[in-house]
Amino acid sequence: MKSSVLKTHPSLNRLCHNPVALFSALMISLYLALALFSALGWIATDFQTIANDRSYQPPSWEYWFGTDLFGRNVLSRAIHATQTALLVGLFSTTLATVLGLFFGSLAGYFGGRTDDLVVWLYTTIDSIPYILLVSAFAFMLGQGILNLLIALGLTSWIQLCRLVRSEFMKHKAQDYVQAAKALGAGSRRQIFRHILPNVFHIALIQFSLIFVNAIKIEVILSYLGLGVEPGTPSWGMMIDDAKLELHQGVWWNLGAATFFMFFLILSVNLLNDSLRDALDPKWHRPTSSKN
Amino acid sequence: MSLLRYCIRRIFFALPILFGITLVTFILFHLVGGDPAFLIAGKNASLERVASIRSELGLDRSLLQQYISFVKQTVTFDWGRSWSSQERVMDMFWRGLGPSLSLALPAFLISFLISLGIALLSSYYRGQCFDRGVLIACLALMSFSYLVYIILFQYLFAYKMGLFPITGWDPSWSGRWQYLILPWMISVTVSIGPGVLIYRTAILDESLQGYVRTARAKGLKDTAVYSQHILKNALVPILTIVIMQMPLMITGSLLLESFFGIPGVGGLLIQAIQNADFPVIKAMTVIGSIFYMLFNLLSDLVLTAVDPRIELK
Repeated sequence: MKSSVLKTHPSLNRLCHNPVALFSALMISLYLALALFSALGWIATDFQTIANDRSYQPPSWEYWFGTDLFGRNVLSRAIHATQTALLVGLFSTTLATVLGLFFGSLAGYFGGRTDDLVVWLYTTIDSIPYILLVSAFAFMLGQGILNLLIALGLTSWIQLCRLVRSEFMKHKAQDYVQAAKALGAGSRRQIFRHILPNVFHIALIQFSLIFVNAIKIEVILSYLGLGVEPGTPSWGMMIDDAKLELHQGVWWNLGAATFFMFFLILSVNLLNDSLRDALDPKWHRPTSSKN
Repeated sequence: MSLLRYCIRRIFFALPILFGITLVTFILFHLVGGDPAFLIAGKNASLERVASIRSELGLDRSLLQQYISFVKQTVTFDWGRSWSSQERVMDMFWRGLGPSLSLALPAFLISFLISLGIALLSSYYRGQCFDRGVLIACLALMSFSYLVYIILFQYLFAYKMGLFPITGWDPSWSGRWQYLILPWMISVTVSIGPGVLIYRTAILDESLQGYVRTARAKGLKDTAVYSQHILKNALVPILTIVIMQMPLMITGSLLLESFFGIPGVGGLLIQAIQNADFPVIKAMTVIGSIFYMLFNLLSDLVLTAVDPRIELK
């Protein structure tokens, strides 16, 4: 049943035949596996082993990305930081997506006063410069992964909400929704059974954009001292440490964090691009018909 | 005359938003956060000291009174003095504005022109090797952290090669440019990726329209089709996007100014965040929001000037 859906649905079919999409999906699964295996303690178990006699060792066969100030294995730390990044990225993005879908469909479907209120809310939040808003949230909530992902989630739903709202307004007036209404479907049924499935691709596309943003902002918040707790492995912390280490010729902390971050973000960006091609009808354009 | 009336209407509609901004800022800093008096007094201060700081800052008043005084500050554009330097916040802002603008404006212009140029070429060769190469390069550029660009560029070009000073500032107009070239380079490198991708989409959207086919059918050359038809129409979405990119630039200025020791608003703000200097953070948040709203209004006005089909209502 499931596989037949996969084969027959045109957009999924397009996605499965796109090598770029398959490659990025593979890379993302690899990152998920890294995070899972390191969380289970199967790989990179020495990420907290401190050995002051081997501080700042350059990359070698034993330590692929060298060791940091405390002699900890940089590769293991970078792998463990994958957990932090995915945790922060996935949970904050889920929170933002739920908020965006909720407020967007509320405003778009009901209109009137509800719409005014939601528009006022997101215009207000949107007017505050993003980095200030998110650092204010992070500052007030304090350091830590949980607070970080709440701060990111609460500040990243605006764009999705705006898009969902305008789609809902369009769909509400269309015949299929009017027909459902005439058949006696209540507003809940209209929203969840009829309109939401038709606008869900927007959430899917926005999901990867918010995810990438969350991982990038984590780095900046780490620099501002508002990131995860000190000691928790995170790419942001590693990059922030590097600003003082680089002058001593220690490049591997920066190198490892950048390497791991680069391929994760690139894969998500590529997947997003393919998703858009496959799901968003507006993105379909003949590439060969020049003239 | 309708233009003036439109502006007044827009400013009138901005009032509830401004009210919301003061509310959000106030809630964030007074309800969610800890007691700032303890932060200022330090760990070993006596309770009397804390109490005296509280009354000095007006923190012993009721929340409503505090909120009203914050609104009053916002209306009069006078947010009092910084807690750490005792300087008036508005003086700090006006002093920082010049350096900030000399960092942000040229960087923005350069990046806009380069991105638009690449986007035009890329959409002209759409689907071909060049276009694909540009797309992949943009996505790759966007996959590095802003911080990595700053650290790496500063290390390579300033520290290793010695092409530019590492940090520093010269207040004179003739002397400041040498300190700005490297920050501009970083800013342009970061913003070129998203810029090209968005402009390319806007241009492609236009290039599939019927009027383009007509223009080609009547024998116009490609350069004329692009410069006279496509670019003019694509300018409408592009201008909207440019305004939407403003927040990204603020983030950038914040980081660049603090790394390169440029005494701008962003550097001030980073210091304020690190010192828990609430008056400065609150003031900059509100000022930033007002600027954002003004730019929104400006973009709408520019849009109506560019595209006569759009009506002011």
